[in-house]
Amino acid sequence: MAETRTMTINMGPQHPATHGVLRLLLELDGEIITKVVPHIGYLHRGVEKLSESMTYPQALTLTDRLDYTSALSNNLAYCLAVEKLLDLKIPKRAQYLRVLLAELQRLAAHLLWVATHALDMGAMTVLFYAFRERETILGMLEQVTGARLTPSFVRIGGLAKDIPDGFAAEVRAFVEDFPRRIDEYETLLTDNIIWKKRTQNIAPMSADEAVNYGVTGPVLRACGVNYDVRKAYPYSGYDEFDFEIPLGERGDVYDRYVVRLKEMRQSNRIIDQAINNLPTGPILADSAFAVPPDKEAVGKDIAALIRHFKIAQEGFETPRGEVYASIESSKGELGFYVVSDGSNKPFRMRIRPPSFINLGALPKMIEGQMVADVVAAIGSIDIVLGEIDR
Amino acid sequence: MTKPSEAAERLKAKFGEAILSVSEFRGEVNVTVGKNAIRDILLFLKNSDDLRYDLLIDLCGVDYCGDDPRFEIVYLLHSLPNNNHLRIKTRLRENETIDTVSDVWKAADWMEREIYDMLGISFNNHPDLRRILLVDDFSGHPLKKDFPLEGPDFDKPFTVQLEEETRTDKGFNG
Repeated sequence: MAETRTMTINMGPQHPATHGVLRLLLELDGEIITKVVPHIGYLHRGVEKLSESMTYPQALTLTDRLDYTSALSNNLAYCLAVEKLLDLKIPKRAQYLRVLLAELQRLAAHLLWVATHALDMGAMTVLFYAFRERETILGMLEQVTGARLTPSFVRIGGLAKDIPDGFAAEVRAFVEDFPRRIDEYETLLTDNIIWKKRTQNIAPMSADEAVNYGVTGPVLRACGVNYDVRKAYPYSGYDEFDFEIPLGERGDVYDRYVVRLKEMRQSNRIIDQAINNLPTGPILADSAFAVPPDKEAVGKDIAALIRHFKIAQEGFETPRGEVYASIESSKGELGFYVVSDGSNKPFRMRIRPPSFINLGALPKMIEGQMVADVVAAIGSIDIVLGEIDR
Repeated sequence: MTKPSEAAERLKAKFGEAILSVSEFRGEVNVTVGKNAIRDILLFLKNSDDLRYDLLIDLCGVDYCGDDPRFEIVYLLHSLPNNNHLRIKTRLRENETIDTVSDVWKAADWMEREIYDMLGISFNNHPDLRRILLVDDFSGHPLKKDFPLEGPDFDKPFTVQLEEETRTDKGFNG
């Protein structure tokens, strides 16, 4: 009788389909994967430790560099946590603009995902289509925030600036046009027989397994579990918007794709409502000790100048306590657990990274599957290593 | 629909002295429990018919250096049927270990590894307790408050050490 031997192959950390520096050790029996050991940490910068020696406003810039495909969402989650700690009331206009920006950012992240995921599996056209719209969105975000990748635009207490003239009209034009663009991606993929063969029944998860593995975001909803932070713990006025949570059934790669595309349509609806119902008013909370004064006042009023320098240099002291605030980022539940000892620096800032926890379920998804499907499975989780390694 | 405060009451009734304190801050309920009962308490919260805290959202450690007990492990649970959060915390001293919950929630596997990596806390019966983010031969646990932020030569100017050059020329006048 012939002896059965398994082969161990190494995938990554430098591998185009691992979306960053993820390394997998695959143990193969022929083409069947018998064991997967992910190795992570190649991008570890110690964000949680770094934040402990920064004031609260300074630590905001670190959050941009977690999930760099949706930096505004990270800013938002961090600011929500600090605002909860301070018990700040955010003006309605700032809340709506935050929703608007977060949803635009979600679209950009999902477009990047659909582009690279399809590219991983050989469908190159989708990349050019999706990047065309992503470019439009990044252009709009750049108009508002001044940056494409690391805006640090959502601030503790509100936003750094109001939207510029002409922005609303551009958003309206985009919102009107975008559903047709999603139709285009769907023409390329949804009923494409090759796409279906490549994704259906690949790397499936049952609802119970997904919950047990702590998976959140589109990967969880593809299993049919209705958990979305925007509905479960509405933040930033999401309870005033009318939108649905798309759910899948089988929890395979195809369902994750379908859920994300449906999510883009819902995000489009939210953006439409946000821009059309945008309230007027201030964009920063009224708090003399935590929110910097208006830039114009800084040039004219000595008291405002002092306040500005005080907040920029020393930050502000926070009440003792611990809070957890989370948002539904494009990857899943992104949470910040901030412990304050009463000083101007976070005593402990724990980031609950959705990609990290979703990636933990990868071995469960692909053990027993074919080696060629690893790429499909990794792509379907939509990981960003900046967030996993922190 | 049970609220987190009701869950805290239920825990008090069932586990008595193992529940050390219950507090609320900004609408979040924190329950501090004894280290030895942590597994039973979490199993009860997960499997009880009406509480059903089935999703382990987060599991992390905090170093209260100087306090006794020094470390705190924080479990954040979410109940999908009842839609609420409950935070369970437990304290442990240096060099103490705590039972794993990675068999209760598979999600805890990597999160416990991260706590081990960053704070050096060991989990009993964890199937694969290795460093996760840092390299295997890293020394120390950086999220400890007494981990040095600067090296011994941090503030010294950096000098380039070139090999001694053999100079044969003596300049213009030599």
